[in-house]
Amino acid sequence: MGEIYKIATTNNKLPTEIWEILKGVVDPEIPVLTVVDMGVIRDILVTETGIEVSITPTYSGCPAMEVISSDIIATLNRNGYSNITIKSVLSPPWTTDWITDEAKEKLRLYGIAPPEHSSADKNVLFGKPKFVNCPQCKSAQTEMISQFGSTACKALWKCLDCKEPFDYFKCI
Amino acid sequence: MNPTNQTALLDFVTRLGDNSLIAGHRLSEWCSKAPYLEEDIAMTNMALDFVGASRILLTYAGEVEGKGRTEDDFAFVRKNEEFRNALLLEQPNGDFAVTTAKHFFYATFNYLLFSELQKSKDETLAGFAAKALKEVTYHLRHANEWVLRLGDGTAESKTRMQNGINEVWRFTVDLFATTEADLLLEQEGIIPNVPELKTKWYEMISDILEKATLAIPDLNAFQQKGSREGKHTEHLSYIVSEMQSIARVYPGVKW
Repeated sequence: MGEIYKIATTNNKLPTEIWEILKGVVDPEIPVLTVVDMGVIRDILVTETGIEVSITPTYSGCPAMEVISSDIIATLNRNGYSNITIKSVLSPPWTTDWITDEAKEKLRLYGIAPPEHSSADKNVLFGKPKFVNCPQCKSAQTEMISQFGSTACKALWKCLDCKEPFDYFKCI
Repeated sequence: MNPTNQTALLDFVTRLGDNSLIAGHRLSEWCSKAPYLEEDIAMTNMALDFVGASRILLTYAGEVEGKGRTEDDFAFVRKNEEFRNALLLEQPNGDFAVTTAKHFFYATFNYLLFSELQKSKDETLAGFAAKALKEVTYHLRHANEWVLRLGDGTAESKTRMQNGINEVWRFTVDLFATTEADLLLEQEGIIPNVPELKTKWYEMISDILEKATLAIPDLNAFQQKGSREGKHTEHLSYIVSEMQSIARVYPGVKW
């Protein structure tokens, strides 16, 4: 399969097409979520020389960002687009506020408790969230074991009712 | 930007990048050795935040310098005396209390610095600071809680926590070390006045130490200095040789 270079100068439907394709790029750690669900894709710029996809890193040290960048390029290449560059944009900083409601529901179904509060509430960062429901049995009788969990974005909680431990996606 | 300001900016960004790099490397030494699993994960998570920050900052330093140096060149090819990290961060981890003391002082500093730096006229620094501030807030909370638990804990935990505080105290003011070049950046609205943050920093740490029933060290006690001129304690050389060993044996190596 040869690489087809699509010239984009007169085609302003291209960013939309690309956006749709990127909905197929999943988060490598949380495969039920796509990079579009997470609010990681910030902009798509199409020029004569290629396509620039702007992404915003979730956590400074998140190792998944490298994989996500490669996956974006590979996915677009597979769909016939070439000359893709990834631009990392720090400002405005990524926030869990950008995770869509549907994405939060997907997280819950997958077994990860979604971020409970708007990060605009600064108190969230100095105190525990008021309640986190167990994604398994829905009980509100839960407690935090550690603020730091299996990945940079998650904390470790446990349910006092069904006794299952679960990951909580931290507000940031 | 004129060349003088560019040099000043390079120096400041390198300072922050080196802080994160050395802090991250030191903290990662706890991997598989922490007192219990959740703390092992906590410390490696925070070390990852630091290393991620150092990647962003040292990459930016290379861009500011404009000579084609990458983050890897900064981290793996410079000599001891070229590093600009604060002295506190190269100190050995010691026991859990010493590590907690170092991070308590550093996280409080970062919290204040990044709160101001997010207003920088330099877009990259402002964006970086806004992002790092959120992560640092979690670091600060973690450190504060441990100082409280250990200080207001058993006789042994209190002794160890007090020793930890006392042992690293003489390296803390160096966090706020400033240069003449910094003044140029301040005038351009690129960085805040860092020494001025010291008052608020001392208030914040004193507040926690008091609640933890620990003795608050004197701000006028002897303080070690020299990091902005590349004058380091012997400990940095051990970190650098270990960290750079593979890159030095196999120059130009790529993963």
